[in-house]
Amino acid sequence: MFVTSAFAEEAAPAVEGGHTGTEGDTHSSTGVPAEAHGVFPPFDPATFPSQLLWLAITFGLFYLFLKKVVMPRVGGIIDVRNDRITQDLDHAARLKGEADAAVAAYEQELAEAKTRANAIGQQANDAAKAEAETARKKIEAALDQKLGEAEARISSIKANAMKEVGTIAEDTASAIVEALVGGKASKAEIAAAVKSVAR
Amino acid sequence: MAADKVDPIHQFHIVKLIPINIGGYDLSFTNSALFMVATVAVASAFLYLTTSSRSLIPTRLQSISEMAYEFVGNMLRDAAGTQGMKFFPFVFSLFMFVLVANLLGLFPYFFTVTSHIIVTFGLAALVIGTVVVYGFMKHGLGFLKLFVPHGVPVYLLPLVVLIEVISFVSRPVSLSVRLFANMLAGHITLKVFSGFVVSLSALGAVGVAGSVLPLAMAVALTALELLVAFLQAYVFAVLTCMYLNDALHPGH
Repeated sequence: MFVTSAFAEEAAPAVEGGHTGTEGDTHSSTGVPAEAHGVFPPFDPATFPSQLLWLAITFGLFYLFLKKVVMPRVGGIIDVRNDRITQDLDHAARLKGEADAAVAAYEQELAEAKTRANAIGQQANDAAKAEAETARKKIEAALDQKLGEAEARISSIKANAMKEVGTIAEDTASAIVEALVGGKASKAEIAAAVKSVAR
Repeated sequence: MAADKVDPIHQFHIVKLIPINIGGYDLSFTNSALFMVATVAVASAFLYLTTSSRSLIPTRLQSISEMAYEFVGNMLRDAAGTQGMKFFPFVFSLFMFVLVANLLGLFPYFFTVTSHIIVTFGLAALVIGTVVVYGFMKHGLGFLKLFVPHGVPVYLLPLVVLIEVISFVSRPVSLSVRLFANMLAGHITLKVFSGFVVSLSALGAVGVAGSVLPLAMAVALTALELLVAFLQAYVFAVLTCMYLNDALHPGH
């Protein structure tokens, strides 16, 4: 290729320089068709059949190769990767779900434990209160009893005292009556009189 | 002599390597055919070898092949829908062929296959031929609805149909001329600026100093041509997708 290229490079200026004079020589020496030097190469119809043929051959083979070999392979690689990514994402999602469930279970247990602790505390509180209440009642009862006893004693003492007061009054009254009247008043009369005054 | 060497057209000459003449037609194996073979060989080898390990985690080269595959796949799916995916091998081959041909043409002394209008026209004719044949096969005469857009007043219809027919007929021309002209103009410009470098540096010290500017231009143009090589392959593939979409859904 390089040899040919260099060879053509030599030949081309010759055409540029002596376009009309050396045309025949150049053509015979390069083997390029007569039209090749006369027109702008990309528009030279003489090269069209060959280029189209080789384009068809090479592009056709290229198309078949890509369709049959390369594209299934690349597509397969990408599919496998996507599958793998999906799989990994699923796995991660499952693990996350498990972790979430564990956290939920833990929290539920914690809440239960809290409730239980509260219940126990409440129970203990109630028991203590009840105990205190009974103790208080017992003490109150004992106090009431003592109070009753004391009151009873006071009232008996008072009754005795009053009884003695009555006797003293009767005695005093009979003595007064004797001294004043000189007669003897019956005991029953004096008692009744004292009683009526004592009221 | 230095000035004579700067012939920007020379790179497009067809040189016969193996003369073949069948039935009065000149079917020689030329430098153009050689570079078609090279294009196909390079593209096939690249795609085949880079994907041979089929690794789950792609190497750099494998990911280039995959990117090209998915790039064209997405392009086709966006333009023509999932129905269009039956043309995926066709569009992918076109894209890779044009791309690799353009890129190979950037190497010095290499022939640019796509700088010949007959080659680009052959590819464009293949595209339009596929569109027409598939369109009529799938929709029968319904394919002609392509030329009758919806919602056009009756009195305007002849004019619109005429315009649509002209636009359809000019498609293979525009498709082929766009690629051909881009490659041709780019390579001529590149050659002219590179030629300036050679011619100027032949003039001595001042010339060498002066040749810095065209040299910088040549470098910049090479980068531009690299972009154009990608862009034109992309444009060719995108337009192919859009035309195939017409074959699939002619009713607009």
